[in-house]
Amino acid sequence: MGKRFAGIDIGSRTIELVVVDTSGKIVDSLQTDTGFDPMTAARKLIHGMDYDRIMATGYGRNLFEISFDTLTVTEIKAHATGARTFFPDAHTVLDIGGQDSKAISLFETGRVKKFEMNDRCAAGTGKFLEIMAKTLGFDIESFGREALLSEKDIAISSMCTVFAESEVTSLIAGGKNRREIARGLHTSVIQRAAGMINRVSSTGDIVFTGGVAKNPCMRQLLAETLGRNVLTPEDPQLVGALGAALLAMEIP
Amino acid sequence: MTEDYREMWTHLGLDLDAHDALLGVLGGAYQDIFLSQKNRPEGMKYFDFVMSEVHGLRIKELLDEKKAGRKIVGSYCVFVPEEIVLAAGATLVGLCSGADFATPEVEKLLPRNTCALIKSSFGFKLGKVCPYLESADMIVGENTCDGKKKAYESLGHLVKNLYVMDLPQVKSDQGRALLKSEYQRFRTAMEALTGAAVTSESLKQAIQTVNAKRAAIHRLSILRKADPAPISGLDALLANQVFFYDNPARFTDSVNQICDELEKRIAEKKGVFPAGTPRILVSGCPQAVPNWKLPFIVETSGAVIVGEESCVGERGARNLTDASGETVDEMMDAIVDRYYQVDCAIFTPNPQRLEHIQEMVATYRADGVIHYGLQFCQPYLMESFPIEKALEEKKIPTLRIETDYSMEDVGQLKTRIEAFIEQLR
Repeated sequence: MGKRFAGIDIGSRTIELVVVDTSGKIVDSLQTDTGFDPMTAARKLIHGMDYDRIMATGYGRNLFEISFDTLTVTEIKAHATGARTFFPDAHTVLDIGGQDSKAISLFETGRVKKFEMNDRCAAGTGKFLEIMAKTLGFDIESFGREALLSEKDIAISSMCTVFAESEVTSLIAGGKNRREIARGLHTSVIQRAAGMINRVSSTGDIVFTGGVAKNPCMRQLLAETLGRNVLTPEDPQLVGALGAALLAMEIP
Repeated sequence: MTEDYREMWTHLGLDLDAHDALLGVLGGAYQDIFLSQKNRPEGMKYFDFVMSEVHGLRIKELLDEKKAGRKIVGSYCVFVPEEIVLAAGATLVGLCSGADFATPEVEKLLPRNTCALIKSSFGFKLGKVCPYLESADMIVGENTCDGKKKAYESLGHLVKNLYVMDLPQVKSDQGRALLKSEYQRFRTAMEALTGAAVTSESLKQAIQTVNAKRAAIHRLSILRKADPAPISGLDALLANQVFFYDNPARFTDSVNQICDELEKRIAEKKGVFPAGTPRILVSGCPQAVPNWKLPFIVETSGAVIVGEESCVGERGARNLTDASGETVDEMMDAIVDRYYQVDCAIFTPNPQRLEHIQEMVATYRADGVIHYGLQFCQPYLMESFPIEKALEEKKIPTLRIETDYSMEDVGQLKTRIEAFIEQLR
């Protein structure tokens, strides 16, 4: 059997593990919730997994580096690398994960040219959508589909998760249609993401990665807002871990 | 610290419990950030000593000067000319503003969305933890940004002898004339404070003293262009920070001693990090003690800082004052000429700053620039956008960060800075 390389993406909400063979093909992948003890969750995930080298990314990468004595790479480079394997011509990547979002532009070679990242709070991230879905009584899997059933959206002025939640609560109390509110919330997240993308790249297709890319309303609004083609790999939440695995393979 | 200092601090009116807590945090941070570095120059031991005694021995020295009849002047800005202070027979010290302190008290007087530096200067006063401030016979404020000039109106009620210097905002004949008249007014105020006239002899001596201090820092700066870098950005920043506290002549000697050592290191191709380590220029807001957050993250993420385009750094220390004048008037003109060149972001427009950043990138062979902006600091944050654009057009990678003194964004910053360093490799 040939060599196997692993990438682990320790995010704030979930941890993904991807194992590739020497051709870069995914041969194994696992996902778990991060919970309150990320290193225990990570240890369980890698337990019994067979690989020759592992590289860590995600906000927990430095903790993993110390606990398991491994190499690390930032989410930015990992997502850029992972996105390129699905779309070799990609010049722009948007990653929206559990608690942060990043817009990345790439050189022809695939190297990172420039990136923007959200500030310290959860505004405009998966966590924001998750809390809003709950407030509106939707489950996160159907949130985007439900929002798309609405023809119009209600403008949400607050981007802060805490303020937006009370804004949404008062809209519900005011008898507003919850699908319209849902669409409005998606629009507000997309506007923020569009601003970040415009600062790093102005034309061309956008590869959308991270768990939030599974949301069809986010994909559609992103394409409409920017007037650009949005490409999403099959399992967008695995792209960071895949990028880390491929970078682990590149090490001589 | 010894009981001796506790008596001194009590006498100065410090809140001993709060001050103990501050020194505890400072000592721990210094251990983790500075003493844990590898391959430090031997000469840094002097700065370690200065920092360990920054609220102790140095304050005692200042109080001894006061006993001997000398006046102490405190300032928050590099526009306050040390030459004039020294020539009038007084000592200039920088005042504390690099850490959050007594924030709930500060926010009774200042809006929450005030920059960390201004809030900190109030926090050290309200928390009664800055022995420099309490030792000062005069505090000099200056009309730089809107935040500072309005804050001085409130600070005036908290301190005894606040003097506010006006400053131009446009580099024009009128602007220069304003700076000149303000420096003359300052000279008169200093003479009134000390009772000693500024003479051509005292002014010449003062210019030479301050020039020597700046020349030593210039010498240190230029040695940082070597690869491998002979000194860490953290240690070089520390020297630039101590510039504002220490006795000028002793500081000059100590920096020159370090430079002798660094020259040997460079000849032996020795450095603090391996050759080829990505090199970063930091540009933007000043980093006052103990604000070591950014360089600590950068230098524990695989890069080295090779220059600071900052008031605590090259913007503040660049250019000597021409000491060739014979009369007080000629030398006062030379002082105005020297300070008029400081390219602070309060000036509009301020094209020299961009030129200097590019010049520093070339001189120190930086691979990229991190623009360091304090949240709510309008002048520098506004400039950061056109600067980023101009540098990127010249293919100089640039990362714009906006932060404060808190530790809550350290994880985010580390990711951004590591990703930026990956870009430079």
